[in-house]
Amino acid sequence: MSNLEIKNLNVSINGTQILKDFSLTVPKGEVHAIMGPNGTGKSTLAKALAGHEDYEITGGEVFLDGEQIVGKEPDEISRAGLFMAFQYPSEIPGVTIANFIRAALTARLEEGETFKAPAFYKELYEKMDLLKIDRSFTSRSVNEGFSGGEKKRCEILQMAMLKPGYAVLDETDSGLDIDALKVVADGVNQMRGPELGVLLITHYQRLLNYIVPDKVHVMFDGRIVQSGGPELAEKLEAEGYDWVKEAAPAGAGA
Amino acid sequence: MSSTQDLKPDTQPDLNIERDVGNFHYDTQYEFDAGVGLTEQTIDYISDVKGEDAWVRQFRKKALKTFLDKPLPTHWASKDLENIDYEKIRYYLSKGQRPSRSWDEVPDEVKQTFERLGIPEKERAYLAGVEAQFDSEASYSNMKEDLAEQGVIFVGSTEGLKEHPELFKKWFGKVIPIGDNKFSALNSAVFSGGSFIYVPPGVKVKQPLQAYFRINAENFGQFERTLIIADEGAEVTYMEGCTAPTFETSTLHSAVVELVALKGAKIQYITVQNWSANVFNLVTKRGLAMDGAEIKWIDCNIGSRLTMKYPGVIMRGPGARGEVLSIALAHDGQHQDTGAKMIHAADHTTSNITSKSISIGQGRSTYRGIVSIPRQLKGCKNNTECDALLINTNSRTDTYPAITVRGNQSTVQHEASVSKVSAEQIFYMMQRGLPEDEAMSLAVNGFVNDLIREFPMEYSVELKRLIDLEMEGSVG
Repeated sequence: MSNLEIKNLNVSINGTQILKDFSLTVPKGEVHAIMGPNGTGKSTLAKALAGHEDYEITGGEVFLDGEQIVGKEPDEISRAGLFMAFQYPSEIPGVTIANFIRAALTARLEEGETFKAPAFYKELYEKMDLLKIDRSFTSRSVNEGFSGGEKKRCEILQMAMLKPGYAVLDETDSGLDIDALKVVADGVNQMRGPELGVLLITHYQRLLNYIVPDKVHVMFDGRIVQSGGPELAEKLEAEGYDWVKEAAPAGAGA
Repeated sequence: MSSTQDLKPDTQPDLNIERDVGNFHYDTQYEFDAGVGLTEQTIDYISDVKGEDAWVRQFRKKALKTFLDKPLPTHWASKDLENIDYEKIRYYLSKGQRPSRSWDEVPDEVKQTFERLGIPEKERAYLAGVEAQFDSEASYSNMKEDLAEQGVIFVGSTEGLKEHPELFKKWFGKVIPIGDNKFSALNSAVFSGGSFIYVPPGVKVKQPLQAYFRINAENFGQFERTLIIADEGAEVTYMEGCTAPTFETSTLHSAVVELVALKGAKIQYITVQNWSANVFNLVTKRGLAMDGAEIKWIDCNIGSRLTMKYPGVIMRGPGARGEVLSIALAHDGQHQDTGAKMIHAADHTTSNITSKSISIGQGRSTYRGIVSIPRQLKGCKNNTECDALLINTNSRTDTYPAITVRGNQSTVQHEASVSKVSAEQIFYMMQRGLPEDEAMSLAVNGFVNDLIREFPMEYSVELKRLIDLEMEGSVG
């Protein structure tokens, strides 16, 4: 049961249903992409999985390696192994990236365990080198005054340090120029492996040129309407989303 | 600009606050006790016990009259002041012991207090230079030998006035006159304890002088009096920190701190206060900076029922500099009314005010400041920055900056901001695995981080810990 299993998930925001019996399974070790037009519920899926209180789960289940995470607090879900890279990461004035990651790691310590600062900094610098992040970055406040590319690299850096079992990347490619996109994709590719399952949420196919997914799912009106291999992304790129809307089951997208 | 009309009268009924921070109390036998209430007999009692000179007794009696004559400043300040019952306060308590001279002589109870304050074992030796106030009298005072060799005098107020009048009488009550305000008058009438420090010309005291003190008796007001004189070119840093036990009824703390920095001298005065939620903390602090001298107040106020404190610097000599860095944290039922006063009285004087306040729950923080630059002065500068952080939607903050700048030969900058910890920020941090209260704590620590860096290491650590404790249970 090493997978992220989403079963018949129904999610509402302010009483409006956004996700409708959404089901998807991402096995650990695989990268799945979810594509779809704007307003179809992609970001809602990410926020709901992470336990955001504004996203009301009215039905369904989510299992992380068999552990039910619906109803848990966001921090519990995080420590259970689900990481979310934000489309719009928040700024935390006065809190340095190093201290922030340190606090997040400290929150994961077992009782009796102590934080090992030298090993932490060694690893942090290694990961920063991989992501082509300047050392001076560690003393900057989290996301404060960052460019779009810096924010996304900072997200991937946190992911690399926290080593989640599963990562949901919410529109990580938005606002990135091609160089930044490559750096972020490199980072994700290096973490790719049997210990990580990735759910890549994107509107554009271009990210998938750099992170080649194992599976592609097309989402429309709160559910998945088609699944396939990487070739599905290419079809979307060539033909747009119009055919998806037409192919959607009756009643969807009314 | 300043407006006081919208300050509503507010009174605080019973405070129902769970509080373990600094919540400890040791039974202490008092040898001298002036009883409750305040009359001329109280003054005589204090003066007799202390064996004071006639001029000090007269000073006290004059102050008592001023105190009784002066109205409460409730026309602009909180009406909560009217809830202080002066008849129920004990104005003087003492164990009657001479200040201890070595660590071994310090009573075990006091040592326990130090332990509760979290002073590491290693630092205890370092504390040989500490003046610690346990109730009214300095119970422990021992100057490091090198300090004494340099001619630095570091004693309690009683000893300072008695043994070194030639040094202290000249400035005592001069920076803050008796009649400055009702509470400076009260302090002048019944003061005991505090630190008197004189640093001779050119002497730069390397290690900070510290005083830890606390209130340890119900209904016992603490009225310590501090006077620090840095002679020409001298430099000294003084640190005070307080924790107080919780009691059923209100406790009044009303200190007076006067600083005198003569030509080219530097004084830095650091305070970290963590009063329990029933304490009225009404303190007058002011420094006088002569030619090229520098006075810096670093002030952190956590806790208390009502704190009113506006450290000030009078820049009397050309080129003098004044600075106030202040952090205030107000919890439910607490009101931090703090700020700064910068009085420019010579050319090319510079002042800087940085104030950060945090309001949690129904806590209220107020910034109140005065910057005065008269018309004839030139080349004066002031920079004021006030930032407020609100944790909950029902938290409250107010800013009353009064900046009086006449003429056009000086520059003044004022910036103020109010921000709130957003739900999205908290969600972001929680998504990284931080529990909600830790996330909140981190956001608050981030808000004050640049100011906390100005504190000495051991204080910044203690401060972060205090903020963490204050944030526990503030969410959800």
